[in-house]
Formats: sequence, C-alpha cells, structure tokens
Amino acid sequence: MNKNIKPLINGLITENPTFVLMLGMCPTLAVTTSAVNGLGMGLTTTAVLVLSNVFISVLRKLIPDSVRIPAFIVVIASFVTIVEMLLQAYIPSLYAALGIYIPLIVVNCIILGRAEAFASKNGVVASMFDGIGMGLGFTIALTLIGCVRELLGSGKLFEVRIFPEAYVPLTIFILAPGAFFVLAMFVAILNRIRMGKGRPLGKGGNCDALCEGCMNTACMERTRSLNGEKGDSGKDTPKQEAPAVQDNKEKADNTEKEEA
Amino acid sequence: MGNLIAIGVGSAFINNVVLSQFLGICPFLGVSKRVKTAAGMGSAVVFVITLASFVAGIIYKFILVPLNITYLQTIVFILVIAALVQFVEMFLKKKMKGLYQALGVYLPLITTNCAVLGVVLLNVTRSYNIIEGVVNGFATAVGFLVAIVIMAGIREKIEYNDIPKPFQGMPIVLVTAGLMAIAFFGFSGLK
Repeated sequence: MNKNIKPLINGLITENPTFVLMLGMCPTLAVTTSAVNGLGMGLTTTAVLVLSNVFISVLRKLIPDSVRIPAFIVVIASFVTIVEMLLQAYIPSLYAALGIYIPLIVVNCIILGRAEAFASKNGVVASMFDGIGMGLGFTIALTLIGCVRELLGSGKLFEVRIFPEAYVPLTIFILAPGAFFVLAMFVAILNRIRMGKGRPLGKGGNCDALCEGCMNTACMERTRSLNGEKGDSGKDTPKQEAPAVQDNKEKADNTEKEEA
Repeated sequence: MGNLIAIGVGSAFINNVVLSQFLGICPFLGVSKRVKTAAGMGSAVVFVITLASFVAGIIYKFILVPLNITYLQTIVFILVIAALVQFVEMFLKKKMKGLYQALGVYLPLITTNCAVLGVVLLNVTRSYNIIEGVVNGFATAVGFLVAIVIMAGIREKIEYNDIPKPFQGMPIVLVTAGLMAIAFFGFSGLK
C-alpha cells in the first residue's frame, strides 16, 4: 500500500501542481473568485484526471506510441464532455459559474502531463492514486486561493459572513488583478518556507509548465534533450537558493534561443 | 460594421484575453522573458487563432449543427485545432520559408494554448456568425499580442532590480501581471 501512498503525498505536497509545478494556471486564476467555485473546479478536474489516468493506464499497452498524444487527447476530451453533461444536469449552479472553463479542462496541462508522465508508464491502481493525489493537490490550492479572495473581496467564506457588516470589501480581490496578487503571495510564502529549510526551491519540475506543451511531445523531448545537453551552459547558473521556477524558465529560455 | 468594431475593441482591450479572462496564461508567463520571443509567440497566436476561428466556425455551422451533434464540440474543436496547427506548420515549411522561420518555433506550442480553444468555444457560446467569430478571434489574439509584448518589456526592465528573494521568479511576474490587469481596467471606460 505504501507505494500507493507515495504518489498521493507527491501530488498533494512535494509536486503540488499549482504552487510548485505552476501547471493549469488558467482555471487557477479564473474561477477562484469564491471558495465554492475553486472547490468545484478542483473536484471537477480531479474527476477527469482520475478517470483519464485509469483509462489511459488500462489502454497503455494498446495505444501505439506514435499516436499516443492524439489518443490521450481524445480520451481526456471525452471524459470532459461526460463530466460537463453531468454537471449541467445535476449541479447547474456550478455549471453556470464555471462556464467556459469546464470544456477548457481538456487543455489543462496537469491532465495531459500526468497521462504522459505517469499513467502511460504505470499500473492502473498506481495511476488512480496519482490522479487522486494530483487532483486533490490542485483542489486544495484552488480552494485556498478562493478562500482568500472571497474573504478579502466580500468578507464571506463559503458564502457565510465572517467579517462584520462594517467591513468594506476589497473588491479588487474578486476582480482579475486580485487573482494574480493572491497567487503571487502564495508562491512567495512557499518559497520563503523552503528557503528557511535550506532546500532548493520547487525541485522536480515535471514536463515544463513553461514549455506549455505538455500536449506536445516533440516540444517536451526537445526540451529534455536540450536540458540534458546544455543544462548549465549559456547564462549564469542560478544561485543555490534561486527558485527553481526561475531555473526552469532559464532552461526554457535556453530552449527557445536554441530553437530560434 | 459597427457591431464588428465593438466586438473587436471589446475582445482586444476591454475584456483582454489574458488579463481579464485568464486564457493563455501559460505562454504569457512562460514565453515573456524577451520582447523578441514574446512578439514571435504573439504573432503566431494571432495567425493560428484567426485561422482556427474560421475553420471551427465552418465546421460547427455546416457539420455539427446539421448533424445535431453539437455536444461533441469540445472533442471536435481540440482535434481540429491540433490538426490545423500541424497543417499550418507543414504548409509554411514548404511554401513560405520566411514566415516559417519567424513563427515556426512557436507553432507546436500553440496547440495547448487554452486561448485558442477558449476563443473557439466563446464564439459558439455567444452564437457569433462566421465573420463575427473571425473578427473576435483576431481581436482576442491581438489583445494577447499586446499583453505579452508589454509583459516582456517590463520583465526585461525588472530583471536588474533588487527583488526580495522569495519573490524572485514567478511571484514578481504574477504581481506585474496583476498591476497590468489594473491598468487594463482603464479600457473599460470605452464601453
């Protein structure tokens, strides 16, 4: 059982998709105007992630290697469509609140990233736990951001009033800029905690959030080989404690330059 | 015509795709370190989104609606976009060498840009006709281009600033994006 717990913890904390890997930024920023929306989006994504991970893991020996990415996309898009219809039928309020971001789960890097990096190489049970771990990590992150934004922006939490009526809501936190600020604070706080522990920040960058093409293997492979070949050439190597996000980005930048 | 202009200005500035709708955040944060690469990425996005709006509009109107299978739209659109990007890349490589050299690197990265799928889906949700859809797509992409180039310009400047350690890297970029989003609120007066 221990080997199933590991991917769970991995997704929740060490490789938290939002705060550490910085994947799936669009829904993270867009739907977290309230805690409920964040939670709903997180759980919806988790459902799709677990289903697609399991399904892809079952089919991993049948899908030819050369067409695996289109095959994964079709599987994911099918599950997204199913989940979208279920939401529309049973939780119409959430369906209305999330709107266009439900079909956009298809292009959420987390899902294709996990399909490619984990489910296509591991057994069904392990893939399921990986999906649950990653999905819950994403859910927790979204709910946290949603809580902060809702609390500061309207004085409520899960639609229950926390701050007294006299509190003047900082509406900006519900509007677009607030999303950027709150996420920035969370990442900065996590960076600070990691620095305190003397750990290099955010180790374990998965397929590159910055390469943006979790879906695009060609791009991923190119980056990987480039990273291997010229890991620390080119620009000045990042300092010991420099956030790995930056580190990643420099690699991505190197990649870009190389490609250009 | 006035209608088209309203759609265009609205999508490009008032409801900026990145800063108020949060589509295409990944390339916005990831490929915005240098103005040159940002401009390249932005132009490629303009090209692909305009084309994708047109093709998806046609497929929706003449295939999905008559056959009454609009519920398959997500699956169909993502496959159309992926195929389209591939074709565009092949076509440019063969026929238009210059343009390929300018945009080619960025094309494979665009399939997963959620702005592309987002625009196509928004066109359907708002029941735009094909011309309105193409205008909306083009304007949205121009909004993306403007945002990512401004972002890259700012990042080239802040690179040499003394940023507190925990904020180095992604956090300061996010704060910058937030301030840009506030600035873009100014456009809402155009409505």
